[in-house]
Amino acid sequence: MNFFFEVLIGGLLSGVMYALVAIGFVLIYKASGVFNFAQGAMVYFAALTCVGVMDKLGVSLWIALPITVAVMIVLGLAIERVVLRPLVNQPEITLFMATIGLAFFIEGLAQLMFGAQVRRLELPIEDVPSQYLMDHYNILVSQFDIMAALVCGLLVTTLALLFSKTKVGRALRAVADDHQAALAVGIPLQRIWAVLWAVAGLVALVAGLLWGARNGVQFALTFVALKALPVLILGGFTSMPGAIVGGLIIGASEKLAEVYIGPIVGGGIEGWFPYVLALLFLLVRPEGLFGEKIIRRI
Amino acid sequence: MLYREAGQFKTSYQADGQIFPILQDRLALLALLVIAAVIVPLAASPYALSAILIPFLIFSLAALGLNILTGYAGQLSLGTAAFMAVGAFASYNFILRIPGLPVLLAFVLGGLSAALVGIAFGLPSLRIRGFYLAAATLATQFFVVWCLTKIPYLTNYSSSGVITAQPIVILGYAFDTPDRKYLLVLAVVAVMALLAKNMVRSNVGRSWMAVRDMDVAAEVIGFRLMRTKLLAFAVSSFYCGVAGALYAYAYLGTVEPEAYNLDLSFRILFMIIIGGVGSILGSFLGAAFIVLLPVLLNVIAHSLALPTSVASNLELMVFGALIIFFLIVEPHGLARLWQIGKEKLRLWPFPH
Repeated sequence: MNFFFEVLIGGLLSGVMYALVAIGFVLIYKASGVFNFAQGAMVYFAALTCVGVMDKLGVSLWIALPITVAVMIVLGLAIERVVLRPLVNQPEITLFMATIGLAFFIEGLAQLMFGAQVRRLELPIEDVPSQYLMDHYNILVSQFDIMAALVCGLLVTTLALLFSKTKVGRALRAVADDHQAALAVGIPLQRIWAVLWAVAGLVALVAGLLWGARNGVQFALTFVALKALPVLILGGFTSMPGAIVGGLIIGASEKLAEVYIGPIVGGGIEGWFPYVLALLFLLVRPEGLFGEKIIRRI
Repeated sequence: MLYREAGQFKTSYQADGQIFPILQDRLALLALLVIAAVIVPLAASPYALSAILIPFLIFSLAALGLNILTGYAGQLSLGTAAFMAVGAFASYNFILRIPGLPVLLAFVLGGLSAALVGIAFGLPSLRIRGFYLAAATLATQFFVVWCLTKIPYLTNYSSSGVITAQPIVILGYAFDTPDRKYLLVLAVVAVMALLAKNMVRSNVGRSWMAVRDMDVAAEVIGFRLMRTKLLAFAVSSFYCGVAGALYAYAYLGTVEPEAYNLDLSFRILFMIIIGGVGSILGSFLGAAFIVLLPVLLNVIAHSLALPTSVASNLELMVFGALIIFFLIVEPHGLARLWQIGKEKLRLWPFPH
């Protein structure tokens, strides 16, 4: 039974990391209807920039971090200005494809600047089993994962406060509800989008640091976006709580499936199991767990 | 004056219903086919044939398949490479298990297997649409490649999981040199492109376009949504399956399942974006663009003596930037540019 709980908790905690990436997607999709495929590339870019700055300038994490934050904000603003503004009012699918192009561009740019080799990223938290849980419940859970979950919780709380308490947040929600109505009452749409992409860049940075510290900063980080997709399908593309709940479900079920079903069918099912799970779920509820009910009219 | 249809009267139903109603189009297509079938194999080097022209034709066919699904029926798919893989591995197994099976028939069977898989994974499209569907088609991509890696029967228990495509022999005639393979691929692609061109202007194609433009409305006026969507998935997967079989047999020779990865799916998606979504010609233009661009970039990088790592990253960047550029400047792709060119030719030399 202990083993089951270990797998379950490990899965839930890795689900938190998926949720972190999924939140970046939700932020942008909700407010601008853009399905941002480049989120994974942004995660990679953020992590690589942070490590690269530390390497090239020989500075510590605490100096590299603000520099990376600045870079991500500039990147967000640039994306809004160069890619999205000329594409306003195009069909969703065009915008989606533009973000695929964007993903390629960012991946190339990141590797061009800092090289493609795998790098270590040292965060001040160690990836060792938590002593407390081991002593009291005899369960092995990584301290790092717990810390990551806490960071994720903090981030979500901050975002929630930002959305509900500040003027920019209210404007963001207005834009998410209805672009044209928001424009009509004088909300500067383009500035809001720029803020949004910058925030998405920061979320990508947090995700990039955590994932990078876990698995090393490498190109595989861009595939994190692919992990976040089933989470989004399950939770609904427009819901932040959906991203978190979806992340937890996907993380837990994926690890459990790998451990308990994997050996029967030959292993390696982590790659597609979340998708199939999400797909089966969609057949029951096409808009995801927390997604907005889609009403279609002619 | 060159491209003017004045004076070309249609006096029969047959003349009115033909695929290329304008004389110049017919002549140009005929000339193109003659050049492609006679002059190119004589003139082109084996390298150009096997490294550029054969992949160009095969990718055109795959792009055609995706264009039917995405461009005409409006169902965004990221699983093209998976259908190609099914086509290739099914053909391989049919030839292996059934002695004496003609190769072309095996390709058709491979395509049909891909169509079956396409229908199975197209089922969710009845409930979900848009990005949800795109994400769901990723399931196809990962699941199929996983199956091919994990089920040894499909790769005939080869220890490395790599299959070696059997030699192509049709009626005792071996297609083993680049120019012969090229001619075979050209014939298959030409026939299938013509079929596709015809299909999209038939009632089938019109029902696809109706579903693409607004599926609820299409359903209300009596199109059977389920049939139309699944047919689009089946036909599209058939095309992709045949393309996949050709990819294995006429281009690569030895294939592992990983060759049909997500990257390939994306490349084919780019082909139809750059070429033109919802256009048969666009599939060819896009494939030519995506096949030739890396070659061109390589030549440039070589002449500038850039290190390979820099060159490959620059290639990624140029690729991404070009896609964005195209979407901003001409969302309808190269095919639209060609169309504009034709309009201009019609008016030439008078601009109004």
